[in-house]
Formats: sequence, structure tokens, C-alpha cells
Amino acid sequence: MKNRQLKRSHAPIFWGLFGAGGMLAALFGPMLVWITGFAAPLGWLPAKAASYQGALALAQNLIGKAVLWGLISLLLWHAAHRIYHSLHDIGIHGGPLAKSLTYGVAAAGTLWAAALLLGV
Amino acid sequence: MNKRKPYVRPMPGWWRKNPYFIEYMIHEGTALFVAAYAFVLLFGLWRLSQGEAAWNGFIAALQSPLSMLLHLILLLMIGYHSYTWFKIMPRTLPPLIIGGKRVSAAAITAGGFIATLLASLALLGIAWGISQ
Repeated sequence: MKNRQLKRSHAPIFWGLFGAGGMLAALFGPMLVWITGFAAPLGWLPAKAASYQGALALAQNLIGKAVLWGLISLLLWHAAHRIYHSLHDIGIHGGPLAKSLTYGVAAAGTLWAAALLLGV
Repeated sequence: MNKRKPYVRPMPGWWRKNPYFIEYMIHEGTALFVAAYAFVLLFGLWRLSQGEAAWNGFIAALQSPLSMLLHLILLLMIGYHSYTWFKIMPRTLPPLIIGGKRVSAAAITAGGFIATLLASLALLGIAWGISQ
């Protein structure tokens, strides 16, 4: 039984992702939903906002890529962490299935967003 | 799956018996809507990667009444997340001391709301600027 060193907990990483996503959602969430759900598609912003060229330019720009990737993945990690811990409150007590349906989905979304952004 | 079956006191619906816990569960429930919005963005990115026709289809879908209703719900729930995030911030943050005095809970919450307002205006300005 050697090498029974106390392993560093991975909890702070997930907590950090949860906190960052929660702060992003709190600071920018309502305005983001207003822009992408109402203002851009209904034409309240300049026409380029909803156009293919405009969206493509955003996704091809390096800063735009970083913003989109950070936004999508952090919102997913925030929700995953919160849902995982709330499952306990409604009587579902953790386990690999709950983990893969929350953190697993967030990880998959993060990778997919990265792949899409690298491809455009 | 799990052979060990410890006794768990059955307590379904425990949170419905106390208004404080109802509010707590609504607050926790906003996470589902944060995830839903992340998926809307991810879906849009996927359609964008498929070319102009796919993107225009995505925008057309955003213009439908169903999408408006969905986004109204998203707006309310994410707005509620934002409200509660700063409302409980005095308790989630380590004690904040400025000038030898502890910053009051009300000041922390108000600071969060002001930050949200400024962030929203900045975001709107940036979105307006880059879409011209």
C-alpha cells in the first residue's frame, strides 16, 4: 500500500468553471438572450447582426472564437455543476450516470464547440 | 448497479413545504434554462458551420413565435438567475473589507446589479458596433 499519497482534489476546477459560468450568465445572460433571441432576428440591430457574413466574421475572428467558446462551454459547465448537485435534493444521489449526463454533456459540448470553431 | 442499499429516508416533495425552499428550487432550476441557452448558441454555431442556407434557416427559426416564447422564458429564468446570483452573493463571497469596515450585504448586491447593468450596456454597444 505505498503511494497512498493524498491526491489533490479536482473539485476546485469544477467549482471554478461553475463560478465563472454563473458570473457570465448573471452579468451578460439577460442581454445576450435579448440580443440573440429578439434584437438580432427581429432586425432591431443593424442588418449585419443576423446575416451569415456577420456571424461568420465573428466566428472566424480569433477574439470572436474565444468569446463564443468560453461562453458556450462555461454556461454548460455552470449548469452541469448546479444540476448535478440539485439531483441530490430531489432524491437522485450522484453516480456515474448522473455525472455523465451533467459533466459529460458539458465536456461534449465544449469539445463540439471547439471543433466547430476550428472548422469555420 | 450499486449493491449497497443504505436506508434513505423518503422525503419526496420536501421543498414544497416551505416558501424558502420553493424559492431555492426555482433558483436551482434556472440552471436548466442556462443549459438550454448554451445549446441554442451551440446549435446556431453548428448551423453557421454548415453554410449560408443552414444559417438562414436558423435565423428563420429564431423569428418564429415559438422561438419568441422560448426566448421570453429564457430571458425570465436567466434574469432570475442573475437576480438571485447577486442576492446571495454576500453569503457566497468571503467577507469583503474595504477601509477597515466590512462591506454590507446590501452594498454587495447593489454592486452586482450595477455591474450587470454596465455589462449589459457594454455588450449591447459592442453588438451594435460589430454588426454595423
